[in-house]
Amino acid sequence: MYRFNYQKAASVAEAASLLDGAEDGVYLAGGMTLIPTLKARLASPTDVIDLGAIDGMADISVGDTVRIGALARHAEVAASAAVRGAIPALADLAGLIGDAHVRNRGTLGGSVANSDPAADYPAAVLALNAVVHTDRRAIAADDFFKGLFQTALEPGEIVKSLAFRIPRRAAYAKFPNPASRYAIVGVMVADFGAAEVRVGVTGAGACAFRSAELERALAGGLAAEALADVTIPYDGFNSDIHASAEYRGHLVAVMARRAVAAAIS
Amino acid sequence: MEVTLTVNGTAHALDVPDNMLLVEVLRERLRLTGTHVGCDTSQCGACVVHMDGCAVKSCTVLAGQADGADVTTIEGIGAPDDLHPMQAAFRECHALQCGFCTPGMIMAAIDLVNTTEHLDEQAVREGLEGNLCRCTGYHNIVRAVLAARDVM
Ligand SMILES: Cc1cc2nc3c(=O)[nH]c(=O)nc-3n(C[C@H](O)[C@H](O)[C@H](O)COP(=O)(O)OP(=O)(O)OC[C@H]3O[C@@H](n4cnc5c(N)ncnc54)[C@H](O)[C@@H]3O)c2cc1C
Ligand code: FES
Ligand code: FES
Repeated sequence: MYRFNYQKAASVAEAASLLDGAEDGVYLAGGMTLIPTLKARLASPTDVIDLGAIDGMADISVGDTVRIGALARHAEVAASAAVRGAIPALADLAGLIGDAHVRNRGTLGGSVANSDPAADYPAAVLALNAVVHTDRRAIAADDFFKGLFQTALEPGEIVKSLAFRIPRRAAYAKFPNPASRYAIVGVMVADFGAAEVRVGVTGAGACAFRSAELERALAGGLAAEALADVTIPYDGFNSDIHASAEYRGHLVAVMARRAVAAAIS
Repeated sequence: MEVTLTVNGTAHALDVPDNMLLVEVLRERLRLTGTHVGCDTSQCGACVVHMDGCAVKSCTVLAGQADGADVTTIEGIGAPDDLHPMQAAFRECHALQCGFCTPGMIMAAIDLVNTTEHLDEQAVREGLEGNLCRCTGYHNIVRAVLAARDVM
């Protein structure tokens, strides 16, 4: 790792001003992505500003939406009775991320801010039509993910919490990379009733996206038969040592069928 | 940068570089070399310790993030003549060959037993997803964790 200055912020405002004053600063949450990136020298910030000690930013509350603080760790979301009671699929998804030690450190905010193409949470952000609350504004899920490691966040903008809409029923199905556990493909299907079904797909493209084909096929309601003939155009999908674009296209349909089956069971 | 942390019950105040990792503090400053570094890329779990009661990969925690924390390492759970039940089960079940992964395995397994209500074989295999062993083929490790579960 290159040398950097480490500073711990006590509040969102202090974190923003520390970043503002730094030559080339970066925020740190759980560090499960950033620290390996620093070790690999893929990033060389002058200042690392730790958000981890900011009070109240890991809170979880359930009202009209499920509101989860950006600093909530994956293990906390997976174990939260409140989250499980309102959106079991979201707790399930958090429990599928990486391994136990990664879940003990990694955070919701870090995952969405990073927009890794193989991250799990982005599928839920889109399927559950979440609102991303930052220190500057509220960003709708559909406007948030912009591309490979690209989001709508401006330089220095801090994710404070996410508010997930509560569906009638939902499920997440994931085809994990057997070594890293990242999603080769992950699909979340969420049924809000009144013919509103949203489908978030991760792992397949440069960033998570909603599938128009799957949403159209499921508009008449969640039913396994509805996806029997669906085909997913895979042009532009990720193609790498783990899976070709064509295979990922196939997996999107398979994971969607599994998610529908789980949601209605 | 000044950090204070309690390791295996002893409080330490240390002056460390800002980019120092928790595992470097443990191994290089406190000479607690039972915690190993295998991959240094957050994959293998050889470096797992408990930080405020949770199993974490200490190669992926900065010293500053551990400031004020209560850390337990493999040296803190038992003594050669008074092994922790998990250590005793690893010995009994022949759950190690070269032993490189063992400190991380044991720290991960203790956390797993402490935090899982109905720990069956499948749950042990999934729970140790973040710990790699190049020698044993895992079977005896799983046996050891299940044996320790029954006496912990
Ligand atoms: C072995 C391993 C396996 C993994 N497997 C999976 C997996 O299966 N699925 C999965 O989804 N993920 C996986 N991950 C990634 C893990 O979920 C990370 O924790 C997550 O991507 C980043 O969260 P973090 O809190 O660690 O963020 P950090 O690493 O601290 O930060 C990541 C980025 O987000 C920025 N950031 C962090 N918090 C905020 C905030 N509140 N506001 C603005 N910017 C912020 C940081 O500046 C940085 O650029 C894995 C990681 C490892 C090491
Ligand atoms: S050395 Fe920390 S995970 Fe391998
Ligand atoms: S006993 Fe050798 S790596 Fe596990």
